Amino acid sequence: MATQNRSFRTPRANVTGLGAAHHGTEHFWRQRLTALANLLLIVPFLWILAAAYGRDYASAVAIVSHPFSAVVLLLLVVSVAIHMRIGMTVVIEDYLPNKAQRVVAVIANTFFCAAVGLVGVFAIVKLSVGRLLL
Amino acid sequence: MAEVQAKSPARRLEDIRPLSPHLQIYRWTWTMAMSVFHRMTGMALYAGTVLIVGWLLALAAGPGPYECARWLMTSIIGKLVLIAYTWALFHHLLGGVRHFIWDTGAGFERDARMALAKFTLVGSIVLTIAFWVIVALVR
Repeated sequence: MATQNRSFRTPRANVTGLGAAHHGTEHFWRQRLTALANLLLIVPFLWILAAAYGRDYASAVAIVSHPFSAVVLLLLVVSVAIHMRIGMTVVIEDYLPNKAQRVVAVIANTFFCAAVGLVGVFAIVKLSVGRLLL
Repeated sequence: MAEVQAKSPARRLEDIRPLSPHLQIYRWTWTMAMSVFHRMTGMALYAGTVLIVGWLLALAAGPGPYECARWLMTSIIGKLVLIAYTWALFHHLLGGVRHFIWDTGAGFERDARMALAKFTLVGSIVLTIAFWVIVALVR
């Protein structure tokens, strides 16, 4: 490796700012970072979903508003919103041939994922803080 | 087309250049099918996440909206959607694990990549069945 790379530039410097969107490997790295977070959070999430599925209102609120559930759900909804935004962006860039449509779709996707993430955060915070105030 | 031709050659090339390989010209293989499945389940989970956030919002909104969400989730269609959602979740998760293995540089040999491709499909079905059996037992 050392003999092959005679430049003083680091491997990172060689990719920073490259690519179609001039973001280097940022996209690639963030997709993997959120994928790992999702992988770790999915087990407690499925536990919460299984526990709350089909329950009456009071029981479902008690399960979802528990501090452990609230923290898991908050982390997951933020990580998923970032992950799904990147994933959909890649699909849009692959399949929409018209550049104007592509730019509009990428912006719409970003707004939509931000809204989904924020609505999720709002709902979880309202449930968990509401429990504290009761 | 007339409008496109009026622009500079560089711009025209950018507009007409194919963006992705044409799936219909390839012979289907396990690895290709699981790659397509990974993207399809990703898109399905995009919608699935909206449903999960909708469920949380209904719960936060109060007993009325929650009863509506609960009725939907426990209906036959709701159950089928949830089973499909969990299968997509497990398939995309195992597909992601496959990508993590590939990121280390391993798993590209013929037998390894075939085994990994089959594992994502079989594993996702097994995990989906296991999850719903556990849910039914916990009830």
